Amino acid sequence: MTKKNIIQAKNLTIGYDENILMKNISFDIHKGDVFIIMGGSGCGKSSLLRVLTGLMPPQSGHVWIDSKNFTNASQQERDEIMKKCGILYQSGALFSSMTLAENIALPLQQYTDFSKSTIDDLVSLKLALVGLKGFEDFYPSEISGGMKKRAGLARALALDPEIVYFDEPSAGLDPVSSKLLDDLIIDINQSLDTTIVVVTHELNSIFSIGTNSIFLDKNNKGISGYGNPKELLKNPPNETIKQFLTRGEGK
Amino acid sequence: MTLLFDIQNNILSLCLKGDYVGYENEREKSSLMQIITSKKISTINIDAKHLKKWDSTLVVILFTLSNLAQSKKIKITLHHFPKELERLLKLALTVDQKKPSPTKNNLSFIDMIGLWGINVYHSARMGVNFIKKTFGAIGRLITGRAIMRKVDFLFALQDCGWKAIPIVSLISFMVGLILAFVGAVQLKLFGAQIYVASLVTIGMTRIMGAIMIGIIIAGRTGASYAATIGTMQVNEEIDALKTMGIPTTDFLVLPRFLALVLTMPFLTMWADFMGMIGGGTVSILMLDIVPQEYVRYSINAFNLDNFLVGIFHGLVFGCVIALCGCYYGINCGRDADSVGIATTKSVVSAIVWMIVMTGIITLACEVIGV
Repeated sequence: MTKKNIIQAKNLTIGYDENILMKNISFDIHKGDVFIIMGGSGCGKSSLLRVLTGLMPPQSGHVWIDSKNFTNASQQERDEIMKKCGILYQSGALFSSMTLAENIALPLQQYTDFSKSTIDDLVSLKLALVGLKGFEDFYPSEISGGMKKRAGLARALALDPEIVYFDEPSAGLDPVSSKLLDDLIIDINQSLDTTIVVVTHELNSIFSIGTNSIFLDKNNKGISGYGNPKELLKNPPNETIKQFLTRGEGK
Repeated sequence: MTLLFDIQNNILSLCLKGDYVGYENEREKSSLMQIITSKKISTINIDAKHLKKWDSTLVVILFTLSNLAQSKKIKITLHHFPKELERLLKLALTVDQKKPSPTKNNLSFIDMIGLWGINVYHSARMGVNFIKKTFGAIGRLITGRAIMRKVDFLFALQDCGWKAIPIVSLISFMVGLILAFVGAVQLKLFGAQIYVASLVTIGMTRIMGAIMIGIIIAGRTGASYAATIGTMQVNEEIDALKTMGIPTTDFLVLPRFLALVLTMPFLTMWADFMGMIGGGTVSILMLDIVPQEYVRYSINAFNLDNFLVGIFHGLVFGCVIALCGCYYGINCGRDADSVGIATTKSVVSAIVWMIVMTGIITLACEVIGV
């Protein structure tokens, strides 16, 4: 049975003025996948994520989310589409002047008509889901980097999104915290059937969580590998992917 | 520590002998490079059999030599090289030699003028859009559709309100004091030192109070707005807001803008008062004017029009400072340097725009006869 495409990137060209990072790339992300966007440093992974989330326009091409053209959508349509999406930024991007509870409550206040007590209950639930029960009144400055990421994830999950984007989730985390976050990503994907899109170059994460992936190659400014990361490791389509997936030891 | 080389049958043999630590014999280096450039050489053999100690200065020579050979398609062979040196050289040579994109320095004068014009146009358009967005947010606030947290507004109000009182008091007191001193020097000549009270009252209420407050608040609150919002940009908090569909103008600009616009007229009034106290201190302590006389002359010189013009200046300066601080914060880059640049720009442009606005208000007052 073929899975439904939830995100489609069609002929995307991404870059900054004359500096083209990716040229004419197309790929599909299936519903329920843990989709990894991988590639070497500076290949345009984070820029691609910014395009997928509407923070940066592509130079050409379109992004379709749930069969709706996201690139050409009006601000109102975009907000509607983004309600279905949660994003965990590299730094967590929690608002430093707000407590964790206030951070998580913000999208709920923005998009729902729930009463304060319902929002409080939802906040507690989301924090409990990421293992931060009881941290409601803490400020971001009072918790560790790993906890900030988990709190950021709780905020990303606030509206029960269909898609959650992760920008370098393991960056700056120790191996144990990184593994915990990977496990959490798998749990969310399996228990909520959420589509997960992860930008990373952490091999441990790629192999432990990825069900599908693309490899961005900065030399040819395109996608040079597409498929399950473990399959790509077994049968690398080219030397660059082989080198990347074996940490350069696959010669 | 010398570069020994000879040429036979188009083959240059270089022998590294002894220690090459801190090697900087420019003459030897340049003569070697000149020979490679000028003579027809097919191969360079480098023998390091007798090489003892070495450091980066030797690597630099070998690196330059290799690059030169590469550009002239000369083959290089290394003999008896220590593993570390060979590896280091290989590492340096395999670095991605991507050509940097042409810099703006290569542009002609005409191009630079054109580029400047385009930048000015874009900046002006962005500025106007930002002002439109801010006033749009005020409209949404009036109709109850703005997403502004009350606590953010109260926090901003506290920050630019009573927390600014000590510095505002000190500076305004000193300005009144200076104004009185400067005036007294001339007025004393005519025995008219009592008019110091009038001078300070008119000066402070009409313009000096507002201008001094504007400069203090631009450096204190405007800079803090730019730095806070700029840091939020660096920490991706603004991205998070955008992707959550929360307008940044509602959430970040509106509370700060309203707080400053509401506070500035009161701060101006306070500055006027403190300036008069400063002037009074000089008059009473140094010009032997009795306090009652100083107060009486001050009240006589007080003019409601002047006072209201001063308050209006304060209100306009509040708008200017808040807009400049928030604009540069929101348009800040994504690194630490950018936050510093945004902060500086916010203060400088706030002061420039305050002066421009003062000119416009003064002209308008002249026309309407205030």
